[in-house]
Amino acid sequence: MKTLAKHREIWLLAAIAGLVALISVRFPGFARPGNLATVFNDTSILMILALGQMVVILTRSIDLSMASNLAFTGMVVAMINAAFPAFPIPLLILVAIGVGLLLGALNGLLVWKLGIPPIVVTLGTLTIYRGATFLISGGAWVNADQMSPAFVGLQRMQLLGMPVLSWIAITVIALFFVLMSRTSVGRSFYAIGVNPTASVYAGIDVGRTKFLAFCLSGAVAGLCGYLWISRYVIASVEVANGYELNIIAACVIGGISIAGGIGSVAGAVLGALFLGIISTALPVINVSPFWQMAISGSAILLAVVLNARGERKQGRIILRKAEAA
Amino acid sequence: MSATDITPTPRRIPDRLDKPFRSAILSWEALLVAVAVTIFIVNSFASPYFLDVWSLSDLTFNFTEKGLIALAMALLIISGEIDLSVAAIIALASTLMGMAAQVGVDTPGVLLIGVGTGLVCGAFNGLLVTGLGLPSIVVTIGTMSLFRGTAFIILGDQAYKGYPASFAFFGQGYVWWVFSFELALFAIAAVVYWFVLHRTSFGRRIFAIGNNAVAAQFSGVRVGRIKFILFCLTGLMSGIAAVLITSRLGSTRPSIAQGYELEVITMVVLGGVSILGGAGSILGVVLAALIMGLVTFGLGLLNVPGIVMSIFIGLLLIMVIALPILWDRFGRRRRLA
Repeated sequence: MKTLAKHREIWLLAAIAGLVALISVRFPGFARPGNLATVFNDTSILMILALGQMVVILTRSIDLSMASNLAFTGMVVAMINAAFPAFPIPLLILVAIGVGLLLGALNGLLVWKLGIPPIVVTLGTLTIYRGATFLISGGAWVNADQMSPAFVGLQRMQLLGMPVLSWIAITVIALFFVLMSRTSVGRSFYAIGVNPTASVYAGIDVGRTKFLAFCLSGAVAGLCGYLWISRYVIASVEVANGYELNIIAACVIGGISIAGGIGSVAGAVLGALFLGIISTALPVINVSPFWQMAISGSAILLAVVLNARGERKQGRIILRKAEAA
Repeated sequence: MSATDITPTPRRIPDRLDKPFRSAILSWEALLVAVAVTIFIVNSFASPYFLDVWSLSDLTFNFTEKGLIALAMALLIISGEIDLSVAAIIALASTLMGMAAQVGVDTPGVLLIGVGTGLVCGAFNGLLVTGLGLPSIVVTIGTMSLFRGTAFIILGDQAYKGYPASFAFFGQGYVWWVFSFELALFAIAAVVYWFVLHRTSFGRRIFAIGNNAVAAQFSGVRVGRIKFILFCLTGLMSGIAAVLITSRLGSTRPSIAQGYELEVITMVVLGGVSILGGAGSILGVVLAALIMGLVTFGLGLLNVPGIVMSIFIGLLLIMVIALPILWDRFGRRRRLA
């Protein structure tokens, strides 16, 4: 099972390498390490968000409210920064994570305690959180000149040859890797996705685990709220409107099964990178950016078709192993 | 774990179901009617402009287009599938209609292209889901980008205008007095869908599939074919909605109907259709459409911005689902005590 899972990420990696090679034919500079590092940096936020979404999808749930959560949290930290420029930025990042966590926990509570299907809960909070962003800001924007230099500058600081944003992404990826493969909570995310009934008998509280997954996706969305606002230096109600579907698209391309239980950190990261490369490359090779949406749509469909075949194969292998045992 | 843990407890067969299906459905719709009436009364007190036949006529434009899609979407969700690409279908259909109008195709042709595009897109979704056995939520996220992306490729940041004058009737015309063509179409469609879902064997099969697709298959229901038909229907209704919106606005941009898919699904879920499939009614969906129209129009009269209205819709969605659950839990606790 593990070798097969590895297989899928290797295929995706090969597809990405092929894509980069194809772009390099038209534009030789694209595959330079320096440029690839820039693409990685540009994709950091999507990668972090995809990791949060992955955990939720693993538990057979879905979080449609991530982009709205991001917009709300981003507005909160931007307004704090505009009102109190002296407020230390590391503390502000903690505030962002905290606010995001709170919104995620609200989703999780509704799913856990009331048993409302996650798609309904997050469909509701998708509109509520974005509406709340309007309420706290009164529809006004927080512009670049209202933000402190530290607020905007932190993620652009160079550290060991890379911007801090890239390092944050790498740290989050590493944390998720440890969480998903080395902790019991991480394994229980997989367990309740593969078989909720068996998980109950194994002593896993399914509702609580889902709640934790939503807390995690919320916290991640909160962190990205700060990162997004300080990257694009504008906080408005429209921030990341519709981005929730990009996040899910990255997960799907990364081979995370919407039916739960199947997916990996590497998959989510590669899925996001795939989308990131497409969006960076199109203008470079003189394709109108208007093609981007249709191309990522086709990529999603292709990924689903390929993944569905992979999943079927995997199912048979598990059965065969069980028979042999 | 010892074996005693899994010995079955003796079954007690109740003489009737704990909560009759029929009364549950009735009470849900009763709840929706109560909500609708409350909002109507609040609206008429809140704004002096509300209680006017032409105001009320304008109100209907708020939900007829989305409501038409919601009717088909309800059937699809009852069967256990979902279609997130409906708004993208509107965008693509509208763009192709604009293209046709640009080269001088007259109203019947434009109409045919709009409805036909919807049908083809729906069939494409249906083929991917039923033919290849893929999960509909992911497929339609993909086709959503594909359809709207195609509209963006064709149009870019441009817009199509200059539809034939007679084309304006579908979105702006009135059948009789204050009753618009859109409202009449919605009413007819609602009756047709009600009949199909609640009075035909086809409708019963949709419920059967939603409750247990495998059991339905073994009972001789052609699960794949019915789901395919439902995807086609949803596409067709999106095509019709595209005609209405394009005709009402008189122009096409690739960003047309952005976010409609979530509003349509909100309508369906608010109408009491189980998102897990297998339960729901057309009456509920029609009531939910009316409620959403009332809320957005009433708040609009009070100059409440659209984004704040969406908070109300979101709260309404969660509250209407959460309240019966809480009520049920409270009731059970009281019964046990």
